[in-house]
Amino acid sequence: MTVLIIRRLMQSAVVLLAMSVLVFLGVFAIGNPVDILISPQADQAEIARATAALGLDKPLWEQYFVFLRNALHGDLGRSFVFNEPALRLIVERLPATLELAFAAMLVAIVLGLPLGLFVGLKPDSPLARLVAAGSILGFSLPTFWVGIMLILVFAVELHLLPSTGRGATVNVLGLDLSFLTWDGIKHLLLPAINLSLSRIALVIRLAAAGTREVVHMDYIKFARAKGLASSRIVLVHVLRNILIPIVTVLGLEIGAVIAFSVVTETIFAWPGIGQLIIKSITVLDRPVIVAYLMLTVLLVITINLLVDILYSVLDPRVRLAEARA
Amino acid sequence: MSALTDETAGIDAETPFRRLAADFFASKLAAAGLAVFAAILVVALLAPWISPQNPYDLASLDLMDGRLPPGSASADGLVYWLGTDDQGRDMMSAIFYGLRTSLGVGALSSIAALLLGGALGLVAAYVGGRVETLIMRVVDLQLSLPAILVALILVALLGHGVLKIILALVVVQWAYYARTIRASALVERRKEYIEAARCLALSDARIVLHHILPNCLPPVIVVATVQVAHAIALEATLSFLGIGLPITEPSLGLLIANGFEYMMSGKYWISFFPGVALLIAIVSINLVGDRLRDVLNPRLQK
Repeated sequence: MTVLIIRRLMQSAVVLLAMSVLVFLGVFAIGNPVDILISPQADQAEIARATAALGLDKPLWEQYFVFLRNALHGDLGRSFVFNEPALRLIVERLPATLELAFAAMLVAIVLGLPLGLFVGLKPDSPLARLVAAGSILGFSLPTFWVGIMLILVFAVELHLLPSTGRGATVNVLGLDLSFLTWDGIKHLLLPAINLSLSRIALVIRLAAAGTREVVHMDYIKFARAKGLASSRIVLVHVLRNILIPIVTVLGLEIGAVIAFSVVTETIFAWPGIGQLIIKSITVLDRPVIVAYLMLTVLLVITINLLVDILYSVLDPRVRLAEARA
Repeated sequence: MSALTDETAGIDAETPFRRLAADFFASKLAAAGLAVFAAILVVALLAPWISPQNPYDLASLDLMDGRLPPGSASADGLVYWLGTDDQGRDMMSAIFYGLRTSLGVGALSSIAALLLGGALGLVAAYVGGRVETLIMRVVDLQLSLPAILVALILVALLGHGVLKIILALVVVQWAYYARTIRASALVERRKEYIEAARCLALSDARIVLHHILPNCLPPVIVVATVQVAHAIALEATLSFLGIGLPITEPSLGLLIANGFEYMMSGKYWISFFPGVALLIAIVSINLVGDRLRDVLNPRLQK
């Protein structure tokens, strides 16, 4: 177990280092930020001064090592546009994105799990067929277009929910959270549904497939023979056994949800890191782009690692296989 | 897709293909999906000839016709069945041209990814050893990162442009093909007919390309359909975010983004109809893919 964790940690470190070289080199290759930041009337001396101030006059490898040393100290450079530390810009907006991502995961579980159980228990009922077909649609629908349609229906036509921004927030332990106010929930609802859509479909499929397998197991037949109430069989015996793969897949999906919030945040003007990165790419704000990419990759790798470890802790079969290997 | 199916059929005699086709069309939903996809393909290919208007010929646009609702007519009698955008462009023509771009980019990137991923997957399976470990490590790394994140990194690195977006889509997709082909090539490699081919002292290239590859194709075809749909959706997403195709090559994603600002004032059609076109394209491809998966799966055959 410890060996496994250490090996995985080292792999993750190598991946991060490789990403840092790739991202740094690549971002260096795009455009010259001086052209964008300085007025077109500037003379040579001014341009040279701006270049030196941004550290762009040094050779590439030196810039990389400066970048790496600073990155290890938690300094990913200053935004050219905001003139603030890039990391602070991102950390400021991270709670909004995380709140959105977790709200989306919650919606996916709350809606997907019961629907999936239903499809798995009664696969031949017309309603179950409808739900199963709907889950194919859920995979096919492009997120951004669904977001636009949600705004069209619920904000423009029905005037039920606000279409943009984050509602009133409450500061809890230094974090601004919006799900504690009614206004915040109203603002959170549409983006969360939008972001959760393909995950609802995913949970439905996983839960349905798992349930269909589990209901034929001997222990379920035994529970029925003992005369247990079917609600107890479903909620305790079936649910507990289909939950491990669902939790694993959803855990791995958190990274994708955070990355995909780029789309949802742009549509709903949600003030998170996704909105920041799109703006930064269009104005070539290099430090912010690099900081975002590094931080997101770090987040995804960490989550994958945690899920892997949790998985082997939760499922004795995996743990035993590891021990034997 | 039909071209690929034909190819696999050509390898065997005529009968297996007929059987596959009969299996495929047994599902009415899949048949409908294929028909719809064929129709979309025809529309996309013939866009310049069947569009009521050339949407990118500025001379044929009239600003006075801007933002007309669906069904209105222009001064010279042209009916805008799906309305017009802010520059008086007929939405139906714009969608026909957009489909052409979206499908073209999706298909090109998938073919390139298939060639690259397929070659690497075959090499990994056939050569084995360190080469295999290296290739599969990169595949695992790539698949552990969300597609949109990889695309964002590449777009940030490469910048805009049609070729660059295609390149980004290839990088996002190749790993799926490599993994699929390697998995089936590993199975095929151990079968007796390969041993027989080796005993005949056939060259490695010949064994890989003529014996292993054709037998790996069924799962690849399934992955390819799903991936084309993914590529189209991802390109549309990037274009919608303004970091995809340039304005000179408007895909459906760009049309939708363009209409987004008029949405709040209730002018839904500028975003709505391109989205419907995109949706129909993706759903029809996915329906075909879903059915192909069932038909080509030997375990499900009677």
